[in-house]
Amino acid sequence: MKLSENWLRTLVDPGLSRDELAHLLTMAGIEVEAIEPVAPPFEKVVVAKVLSVGKHPDADRLNICSVDAGLPELLQIVCGAPNVFAGAVVPCALAGAELPGISIREAKVRGVMSHGMLCSAKELGIESDAEGLLILPEEADIGMNFREYLELDDHVFDLKLTPNRADCLSALGIAREISAMTGAALHLAEAVEVKEACGDVISIELVSPSACPLYLGRVLKGIDLSVRTPPWMKRRLERSGIRTRNIVVDVTNYVMLELGQPMHAYDLEKLNGRISVRFANEAEKILLLNGETLPLSRNNLLISDDHGPIALAGIMGAEESSVSNSTKDIFLEAAFFDPVVMAKGRVQNLSTDASYRFERGVDFGMTRRAMARATSLILSIAGGQAGPVSECMDRLPERNAIGLRLNRACRILGIDLSREAVSSYFDRLGFEYREKDEVFSVQPPSWRFDLRIEEDLVEEIARLHGYDNMEGVLPESEMVMLEEPESSRGIAELRKLMVARGYSEAINYAFVDEAWEKDFCGNNDPILLRNPIASQMAAMRGSLVGGLVDCLSFNLNRKQSRVRLFETGACFFRQDSTYTQQEKLAGLCYGPAFPEQWGIETRWVDFFDVKSDVEALFHPIEVSFETCAHPALHPGRSAGLTLKGMHVGVLGELHPKWAQKYDLPRSPVVFEIDIDALMARALPAFSEISKFPPVKRDIAIVVDDQVSVLAILEECRAAAESARVELFDLYRGQGVERGKKSLAFRVTIQDTQKTLLDAEVDAIITQLIEALEKRFDSKLRI
Amino acid sequence: MENIESILNQALHEFSALEDPVELEQAKARYLGKSGSVTELLKGLGKLDPGDRREQGARINRVKEAIESALSARREAIQEAKLEKQLAMEALDVTLPGRGSGMGGLHPVTKTLERVQSIFHSIGFTSVSGPEIETDFYNFTALNIPEDHPARAMHDTFYVDADHLLRTHTSPIQIHYMMDHEPPVKIIAPGRVYRVDSDATHSPMFHQIEGLWVDEHVSFTHLKGVVSDFLQRFFEREKLKVRFRPSFFPFTEPSAEIDMGCVFCEGQGCRVCSHTGWLEVGGCGMVHPNVLKHVGFDTEKYLGFAFGMGLDRLAMLRYGVNDLRLFFTNDLRFLKQFE
Repeated sequence: MKLSENWLRTLVDPGLSRDELAHLLTMAGIEVEAIEPVAPPFEKVVVAKVLSVGKHPDADRLNICSVDAGLPELLQIVCGAPNVFAGAVVPCALAGAELPGISIREAKVRGVMSHGMLCSAKELGIESDAEGLLILPEEADIGMNFREYLELDDHVFDLKLTPNRADCLSALGIAREISAMTGAALHLAEAVEVKEACGDVISIELVSPSACPLYLGRVLKGIDLSVRTPPWMKRRLERSGIRTRNIVVDVTNYVMLELGQPMHAYDLEKLNGRISVRFANEAEKILLLNGETLPLSRNNLLISDDHGPIALAGIMGAEESSVSNSTKDIFLEAAFFDPVVMAKGRVQNLSTDASYRFERGVDFGMTRRAMARATSLILSIAGGQAGPVSECMDRLPERNAIGLRLNRACRILGIDLSREAVSSYFDRLGFEYREKDEVFSVQPPSWRFDLRIEEDLVEEIARLHGYDNMEGVLPESEMVMLEEPESSRGIAELRKLMVARGYSEAINYAFVDEAWEKDFCGNNDPILLRNPIASQMAAMRGSLVGGLVDCLSFNLNRKQSRVRLFETGACFFRQDSTYTQQEKLAGLCYGPAFPEQWGIETRWVDFFDVKSDVEALFHPIEVSFETCAHPALHPGRSAGLTLKGMHVGVLGELHPKWAQKYDLPRSPVVFEIDIDALMARALPAFSEISKFPPVKRDIAIVVDDQVSVLAILEECRAAAESARVELFDLYRGQGVERGKKSLAFRVTIQDTQKTLLDAEVDAIITQLIEALEKRFDSKLRI
Repeated sequence: MENIESILNQALHEFSALEDPVELEQAKARYLGKSGSVTELLKGLGKLDPGDRREQGARINRVKEAIESALSARREAIQEAKLEKQLAMEALDVTLPGRGSGMGGLHPVTKTLERVQSIFHSIGFTSVSGPEIETDFYNFTALNIPEDHPARAMHDTFYVDADHLLRTHTSPIQIHYMMDHEPPVKIIAPGRVYRVDSDATHSPMFHQIEGLWVDEHVSFTHLKGVVSDFLQRFFEREKLKVRFRPSFFPFTEPSAEIDMGCVFCEGQGCRVCSHTGWLEVGGCGMVHPNVLKHVGFDTEKYLGFAFGMGLDRLAMLRYGVNDLRLFFTNDLRFLKQFE
């Protein structure tokens, strides 16, 4: 909400500077987001009258004006504005004036002396796109300082209000808050009750009294809508960001800004019969003031006459009954609409100043006063006669007394408070209360919709006491040590491991392109957002791979040649009608296996480079890799990870068709693992170190290419438990039949109890070789 | 027997001129070998008188020992020279870069998260997490945000279906935790949150961290103490000013906005703080009794405070990052700056 400082200071003047006032408001919970001067600094600009206009002898577009600026002598001023005319009252910058960007001096313009400049609003910096001279009303005081004339030494406070403080959505509300914070007196213009001069009455019926428990209406006749809105009112409205329309609309807006009560005026001639306040029927429609036709539902509260809806209650009037320039008689409305009803009946993309206030709660104790204020303003400015006020009232919102225990307030805030201090805070806030044995019973005022429980009052006490006046202290508490389970590790440890292996961490949005779900997860029915921010961010990810592939492409486009990224984060899955999420860790490698450097031959990263990273993540737990089919991966270069029979992840080269689709010159190697599988650790358990030397033997076998190394190692484990078998060479080529491979293993045999005899070792080796021969038809290679 | 001393002189002279170990051994043989000159002299001792024999024998032995020690000194010297020569040949250009695969780095938001966690862990907070696809109940209702409450308009929510949405804040984690635990509760809950908003200062996904302490004796001044202390540790500024400003959140009462003195201009006013000298870093307050009631805590016995901060915001302020969107584009040129 925007509010003129000068206006505010007419209501309350706490004797604070502008900055102090802004700080006070901010610290009261009404954040001052900006303070803007109404006009840039300039001096020596006066109200002046153009007496005569004559053509410049040497320039078609220039005129020579004789100007009365209230000085002893008339001024000759050359003017280029097309809208200059004899008799125009305009701002005139005198010689020596400094305007934004221009210094005014006496000078010759095309050979003719000019003693000043007639100004446009743009030249004065008070409007950004104004053409031609700013024409002022004829009755303006000639010679008056222009800044004073337009009250330009004013600032606009831009206030950010929290949704609970509807009572501050008016000049009165802000002033009341300042008064409460400082104790400065509040000066509110007296509402003069006007005499009833005509007897016209329109009868009113509250069909849904709980939605509208208070409705005031009054007929005003014989109003002159051609009158100009007084400059003071115009200024205050404009400085609050409201454009002026006609005197009736301006007054209703003004009263809303001043007192917080939204009002509406109808053209009396267009009304038919009685006014009723009721909910809409399903089939009804309304053509609103903004030209839109709105279909209505049973949630919409209406003001209606005998012919149908004349306003969407508390939101906007109908086009048909709106006040126009030809209107003479009006029906003026001031009402209280229930905030819950207003919130339920909210119309999409139709938030007005009125609806904004009604949804949050309007002071029902101010409605009568607002009616009187609006009436007296209209009559005094635009003439006319007022009829009596018709009032319908039902049950207004209750303001139940709230109990406040002084000791609980002290306990919640952690400060000492006296009974007297709390009493004085409540006094300043205008609360009615009783107190007995340090227990207060507080009656919230009609303008406060946010006070329901004891804690709400505690906040009021805290605000009045000052948040700044409560020193922070560190709590005393039992020193309980945190758990430190050794059987699991945190994500942080996994991230560090990835970093140590050369990966940079990425963070991607959890909503992705629907196509990624299909391509990288084979999911044709992903979890879709109902209101995505963009169509390529519509599906909740079931895999982190898509995001990393996208990052790769982004970085390749920025001339990165070696990309290693990882990400940890949730992936989402649907199960019946519920959703589950699973934390995953994914990685991507692209480019040379090692950064280009001396001493290492440049070689493209491959499956096995990345496999070693995956193994390192699990170390010392051994995870098994088995050929698997995965929609994202190259069918011959991908592996499923299993741990104790559970599928825990995948590793492989991105399928070449995705590399092509996503414009990648080559396929990256990617992996994705369930984080839970990486967390578990076994507690290390000591076993005796053997005093006897181990025996090492190498064997090389030739097997079918199809036979997996994992199968061979498992067979060895089964055949000779005491032998540790490790692959140390793989060979295909000369000397080995096509379709076969030679594998060389180092067998280490160790006994903790005795030195092994050659015969024993030979027996184990034979056992191994025979087992492999039997299972894989392998041949010993010599 | 004059020539004994001259044999010694000759031997010393000869050895010192030799560089080759084989030649040195050959020279040794000429003096101490089977028919070497010193050996010959010793052989001749038998022909002397017993009196002369002892004296002469001692002289020859002294010479022999002197030759032997000269020999081993020379051997060592030659060995030493050989080693030095070898070492000189093996010298490396130590300025060549190390070999290997290099290091990666953590994302700046993760770095921030880990620091924040470790600061809070140091005074006994435990980290907990919760689901990102939430129900209306946990995200709103249990946090005292009923349907049609104007505060719901503050959250522009992504909906998955009629009952499910992407959490708009980390506060629902509080509810899950409190429903499963008895007080006292002392947790921090970091996580991704989502709002329908996207520009230079808003991302549709961002990170928050939430803190909650429920116990018999926690108060608003404690909240202020904990939050201030945290910010001072996090920014490593003892005298960092922290200000609480009245505000409104449905789930806390009283509520406060957390401002801290601008770390870029020291409160003098700059573009980052919009010339106010203050930076908004989060919201906090005393847990609303309705929230505690929802989870079945005794509101007369227990009080709680809660606070929430944007991790991305903290990271931006800590590292001087000027555009939130940089955190989510994963440009390696950006990420590498935080290694």
